[in-house]
Amino acid sequence: MLQIEPSVIGTASDPKLFEIEKGAIRAFANAIGDDNPLYTDEDFAKRQGFASLVAPPTFPTTFRLHNPRLQIKAARILHGEQEYRYMRPIVAGDVLQCVSQVVDVYERTGKLGAMTFLVTEIQGHDLAGNLVFTGRSTIIL
Amino acid sequence: MQSFTWNELEVGMELEPLVQPAIEKVQLVKYAGASGDFNPIHTDDETAKKVGLPSVIAHGMLSMGFLAKHAGQIVGTYGFVSRLKVRFSGMVFPGDVLACHAKVTGKDEASRTVDLEVFISRDEGKPLTIGEATLTYY
Repeated sequence: MLQIEPSVIGTASDPKLFEIEKGAIRAFANAIGDDNPLYTDEDFAKRQGFASLVAPPTFPTTFRLHNPRLQIKAARILHGEQEYRYMRPIVAGDVLQCVSQVVDVYERTGKLGAMTFLVTEIQGHDLAGNLVFTGRSTIIL
Repeated sequence: MQSFTWNELEVGMELEPLVQPAIEKVQLVKYAGASGDFNPIHTDDETAKKVGLPSVIAHGMLSMGFLAKHAGQIVGTYGFVSRLKVRFSGMVFPGDVLACHAKVTGKDEASRTVDLEVFISRDEGKPLTIGEATLTYY
């Protein structure tokens, strides 16, 4: 039995603005142990032509969005797959308008029995309306 | 770790693996705070055991972060990581020493992109996190 009603396919979170902050980028890179100077040294990033610190590729995982139509009650949730695509790197000072949409809900039977797969896609646009990144997550319930 | 220019990367090249220091519980607490993923199976042993795990497990996104670190070091300042896709297939525990691997699988002159096959292994074992990355060169 599907753990999530397929009728949620196509529903979306409320759009939310995320202001990209230097401190959040540094804390995130530090937690991963990624010492790439683009993420930690603003002067270095500026010398490479960026307005400020660059965010690591997995940084949009910090963008938490709430879809009121999507209720997850499962006791155990597994992260199955994750993808990020970038038109350009995210840079501190960016303000990104993000929305997450449910793109699929389906069932597969595996070693542990029937599992429900939930696929969501987040899109982030800058204030000029240009797409900056997309992220696609598959969660297994 | 060395970065590679467009001309230095060739299809079939296997890059030197990035070996991470052993995962520490405090790193999982830091990652929970920095990422906003406060699921206690990553930080609280008691909760982890209640759902049938031997101990806390690392966030899958932390492993993806290691692969992003590896891809980011390879492209350096010659371009950026324009795509990263992973499948999480094995759990990672505190104490694990992970190695990130990357192999060049494609190179496209028109789009100035390099495709990599990437994966994470523990103790030379089978891959725990497998994926693909694309580097876009300036």
